[in-house]
Amino acid sequence: MIRRICLMAALAILSQNALAKDWTKIRFATEGAYPPFNMTAPDGSVQGFDVDIANALCEQMQAECSWVKQEWDGMIPALMGRKFDAIAASMSITEDRKKKVDFSDKYYATPLGLVAAKGSTLKADLAVLKGKRIGVQRGTVADNFATRFWASEGVEVVRYGKQEEVYLDLAAGRLDATWVDALEAEGGFLNKPAGEGHAFAGPTIFGRTADEKAVIGEGVGVAIRKKDTELKAKINKALAEIRANGTYDSIRKKYFAQDIYGE
Amino acid sequence: MLHGYAPSLLDGAWLTFQVAVLSLVLALVLGLAGASAKLSKLRVLRAPAVLYTTIVRGIPDLVMMLLVFYGGQMLINMATDALEWDYIDVNPFVAGVATLGFIFGAYFTETFRGAFLAVPAGQLEAGAAYGMSRRQIFSRILFPQMLRHALPGLGNNWQVMQKSTALVSIIGLSDITWLADQAGRSTHQPFLFYAVVCAFYLAMTALSSVVFNHLERRYSVGVRRSAA
Amino acid sequence: MIEWSVITDSLPQYASGLWLTAQLTVLSLAAGLMVAIPLAVVRISPRRAVSGPVWVFTYFFRGTPMLVQLLLIYYGLGQFEWVQAQWQAENAFWLIFREPYGCALVTFSLNTCAYTTEILAGALRTTPHGEIEAAQACGMSRFTMLRRILIPGALRRALPAYSNEAIFMLHGTAIASTVTLMDLTGAARNAYSQHFAPFEAFIFAGLLYLTLTFALVGLFRLAERRWLAHLQPRKAIKGHTA
Repeated sequence: MIRRICLMAALAILSQNALAKDWTKIRFATEGAYPPFNMTAPDGSVQGFDVDIANALCEQMQAECSWVKQEWDGMIPALMGRKFDAIAASMSITEDRKKKVDFSDKYYATPLGLVAAKGSTLKADLAVLKGKRIGVQRGTVADNFATRFWASEGVEVVRYGKQEEVYLDLAAGRLDATWVDALEAEGGFLNKPAGEGHAFAGPTIFGRTADEKAVIGEGVGVAIRKKDTELKAKINKALAEIRANGTYDSIRKKYFAQDIYGE
Repeated sequence: MLHGYAPSLLDGAWLTFQVAVLSLVLALVLGLAGASAKLSKLRVLRAPAVLYTTIVRGIPDLVMMLLVFYGGQMLINMATDALEWDYIDVNPFVAGVATLGFIFGAYFTETFRGAFLAVPAGQLEAGAAYGMSRRQIFSRILFPQMLRHALPGLGNNWQVMQKSTALVSIIGLSDITWLADQAGRSTHQPFLFYAVVCAFYLAMTALSSVVFNHLERRYSVGVRRSAA
Repeated sequence: MIEWSVITDSLPQYASGLWLTAQLTVLSLAAGLMVAIPLAVVRISPRRAVSGPVWVFTYFFRGTPMLVQLLLIYYGLGQFEWVQAQWQAENAFWLIFREPYGCALVTFSLNTCAYTTEILAGALRTTPHGEIEAAQACGMSRFTMLRRILIPGALRRALPAYSNEAIFMLHGTAIASTVTLMDLTGAARNAYSQHFAPFEAFIFAGLLYLTLTFALVGLFRLAERRWLAHLQPRKAIKGHTA
């Protein structure tokens, strides 16, 4: 009796294994606190550009996709811990991250921008920012940038768990500015009632030096485990297909007026 | 009034309640086991128990929860990688309940230990003199009286544990605090939603007080109160 | 196996985090205790109208999680435009709430004050009646009785319970990391998010907390030896028989 149960359990576990390799069921993860790319609706479901793109990819791959919400801090370890199979949470492709995980081709690119009160004379230059309080989300490209280039030079870099928390404090007047993905700032703050009275301070940047470019990365992609090369190939193929057949553009138009893919 | 977040807040409240109760069960089990180990004659049982209570009561709940949640994932990853198994879920709910139960098991160990010691040894000896077996002594004499001494301490620790459930929001579990966070961030009205969470916890605390007072009265039947 | 670079890279942050944690703990315990003593006296007043408001205060702060209290004060207050206007006007009182440090200090102090008030009130209530009678027989006024007999006695009786409260407060300060403060836990979370090494980051922080806890426990043992000396088990006195 016991042996039969053990046998059935072993078969169940092994068969689960076999299913995963097929990639007919894919578990996607997103943060749910990064509008308009990913956000949580009042009923608890996730929505946004990242979610729509991933769902379109799944449709193209003829796979069933399920969603897991994950705090940003634990994204990559959870992927490596096989809590899910792919991350669609506006994660930028950087060399640092490539040491731990692999990425699909990019599905959009965003510069970094400084968001402050309207009329602010700040810009993304060390000389101007000395002594100022700049808010960033912990563990993002913006955080890496600010920590690498500004934090040790007299700029007060304040790290938050979620970008939305940064906006709360920016609106309350606790921060001089926030350093953030420009596209997210536009759609998630500046175009909303809460963002009135705020605007970009200085030009947005994709990286002015080789160092900066290395930190900012080469656009946003879907993160997958290094050994899941089949999944990566499937996602890249599906991505090329939805860009060709217009699905990508129709999704993009829902959220952004101008093109966000970049060259 | 709550911008459409009322249903999800109710869900969150129910989840918080579940986390609290399940952690309590785990903590009670660990507490009894730990107290027995600490009172045991065998050094090999006492030493790990002492280590357990010392370390767990020396580290903040939050740090332990982050360690279990983020570290546990990595451990499971290494284990399942080595065994070529599919993923085993260490979701925030499991991590939260496991951590809270583990932490408060240490506090309950001390409470139960004090309660066991508070039962007069003479009664246990009398039971042995009557020829009762060890199990009979435990179930008829030691355990019921121990509970009476343990209840105030258990009640206090339970009050603390209820409120510690708010910490699971930090590891991303969609409990009522996390949902209030999210609602506040989306609507830019955090005060309203945190006030709702406070009201919920006050209600839970009040309910627990009633239950524990009733239990204390029931187990103190026949004991005279000091004239304070 | 252990990535020591995770710890060595972040050592300065851990050090300043340790210092911040110590500050938050000591300052809020001190502030809380100072306010708790008069509040406890009010709390044991037989008149409901007098003890009522204090009861409401302790009930609220003991019945809700400290995390929610902190978020309520930090993010909650910041949403109101009249508070933001006060910050713009550099109003000294409200500026405390603009800084995460100020918000954390206020929250922790209020919280420990509530718990300490209840502990001291309980200790005051268990004052042996004989002491009160003796004080009255000596002709002490109510205030003198409080000052010389009741409060010192209550502080002594409350010492074991208060030591627990102090340790809870030390551990409670960890939530300061949720409002951007770089305390010990904040340093650990930062180290984790930079290196993806949860064990090194959090276990090292845990060890530092353990050290702080032992230090605090040691301090309270010294205090008990001094102020609760009459309750220590008696040692045999040399040279005496029986």
